[in-house]
Amino acid sequence: MTTTLPTVRGAASPAPPRRPRRGGSGPLRRALATHAYAWILAAPVVIVTTVIIGIPFARGLYLSLTNATEATVGRTIGMNEIPATYTFVGADNYLAILSGETGAFWPRLAWTLVWTVVCIGAHYGLGLGLALLLNRPLRGRAAYRVAMVLPWAVPPFVTAFTWRFLFNQDYGVFNAALRGVGLPAVAWLNDPLTAKIAVICVNVWVGVPFMMLALLGGLQSIPAEHYEAARVDGASAWQRFVHITLPGLRPVSAPVVLLGTIWTFNQFPVIYLVTGGGPGDSTELLVTYAYRMAFEGIRDYSGSAAYGMLILLLLVAMAVVYQRALRRGGTAW
Amino acid sequence: MVTATPRTRAPRRVRSRAASAALHATLLAAATTAVLPVAWVVLTSLKPRGAWQSSRIELFHDPSLDNYAHVLGSTSFLTWFANSLIVAGGTTAVALITAATTGYALSRFRFPGMRPLLWMLLVTQMFPVAILIVPLYNVLSTLGLINSHLGLILTYLTIAVPFSAWMLRGTFDTIPVEIDEAGRMDGLSPLGTFWRLILPLARPGLAVVAFYAFITAWGEVAYATAFLTTDATSTLAVGLGQFVGQQKAEWGMLSAASVLIAAPAAAVFLAVQRHLVAGLSAGSTKS
Repeated sequence: MTTTLPTVRGAASPAPPRRPRRGGSGPLRRALATHAYAWILAAPVVIVTTVIIGIPFARGLYLSLTNATEATVGRTIGMNEIPATYTFVGADNYLAILSGETGAFWPRLAWTLVWTVVCIGAHYGLGLGLALLLNRPLRGRAAYRVAMVLPWAVPPFVTAFTWRFLFNQDYGVFNAALRGVGLPAVAWLNDPLTAKIAVICVNVWVGVPFMMLALLGGLQSIPAEHYEAARVDGASAWQRFVHITLPGLRPVSAPVVLLGTIWTFNQFPVIYLVTGGGPGDSTELLVTYAYRMAFEGIRDYSGSAAYGMLILLLLVAMAVVYQRALRRGGTAW
Repeated sequence: MVTATPRTRAPRRVRSRAASAALHATLLAAATTAVLPVAWVVLTSLKPRGAWQSSRIELFHDPSLDNYAHVLGSTSFLTWFANSLIVAGGTTAVALITAATTGYALSRFRFPGMRPLLWMLLVTQMFPVAILIVPLYNVLSTLGLINSHLGLILTYLTIAVPFSAWMLRGTFDTIPVEIDEAGRMDGLSPLGTFWRLILPLARPGLAVVAFYAFITAWGEVAYATAFLTTDATSTLAVGLGQFVGQQKAEWGMLSAASVLIAAPAAAVFLAVQRHLVAGLSAGSTKS
């Protein structure tokens, strides 16, 4: 079976030209008519996103500037309506978080960055390696590919439970294997270091298929003539890889690495369901920590909102820097 | 760069036997790593109840469907399953309807406000759950929609709609503009062209987006855990958590439930995965 992914359209593909319309009176009127159509067509998403993202977002921003907690928000207990008592406190929440007073922000950020860099490095490295192997003519290619895509097909919470089972101290398959060769069992999820290694393993397992498939698509969109020409010129396999494959993959790599980074940075189910952030809070990411602030213990809504805003700021800053770097590198994505 | 070295290496396509073996060994190892955890759960689910507590590794010994019978018969699994279907189905339907026209507008027209709209679609994909979850919780509780499926559908639209619109724009870009023009010639309005000519041609892309929206809502954990409070409204993601107590998890039941949940999703996924990637890269390499 041949696996032809449609060539990925480069950033330079021209926008469809504006079509002249028959009839109509003046150019202004025609422009308005066209725009009206476009606006009407775009309206559903604009309305939906404004209402369900815009309003909560604005409210979240406001909450992050108040001292709203479970104890101060308005609520109804039985027949009694208790009015909200929280007040506007300005940047207090942000200062408390950034100064380390609440929320252990900096250690969380450090671990989140380690987590993101290690996971994305492994996703990309393994994904590219496997894509290169799968891109060669070989027997059983389709079967290999389907098998390797499987982790992506499993719903995240099922994945998380599965791995918790595999890591289980008494009945898990890893410890059974260790015992089988005469080694002592390891309490995988009860020690900060092994727990971190474990969640990284799980996330790598989850994320490689996506990278592999995307890069395989990218590899197949590189014209074969480039390789022929390079071979005629006597380029070694390594030179072909560095000078043809890597640049040829850029239009695909750039966005999938950005997307992958955002997903990994914000990865929720793997941490929340495999270790629950534990032992202690050693595997807690910024995102799972913010969630816990809002929904466990004394619900600190304002602190959690401020935490969330800081996460968003970090991500937007990262996306902007990333895109700038790509522009300078010549790939206007 | 060297330009005229005589070629000494053997012509390509001919791999030595050793290289071939290494290639297959590597791929086999990768494929095994991918499949093994899943296979292990499937095997566990087929063991008699309680047999997961055996610390011996053994492939099979008394296969039985006890776990399945127990999950289907004496837990709320079917209720959770139905709840998940309602929520994921609702999310998919609304996301498709709203995103399709917008994707078309973004693909075919240049209009004031287009660039901000594109940026908004991209940025909203970066929103971590932590930002919207608290305010959404407040908003939904004001509207009395906590613990309701409608509330959860609205929530999932925050994830599904921006992504779907973005991807459908990529799909529509692959349909030639000449088709729109032909429709115009025949006297169709832009909306008519869209409905009668473009949508049918975009069916593969629509299928991919529908699948994406469905699977996102099907597997979501954070919002569901926070917004659903009773067993009767729980989705699978929340309900299954009950099998995993902190002290003692019921792995036998859990594995059977996992298979029941993952099998249909995985089957559909493996069927559409190639289109999924094509759509994804077509959508994401544009800006």
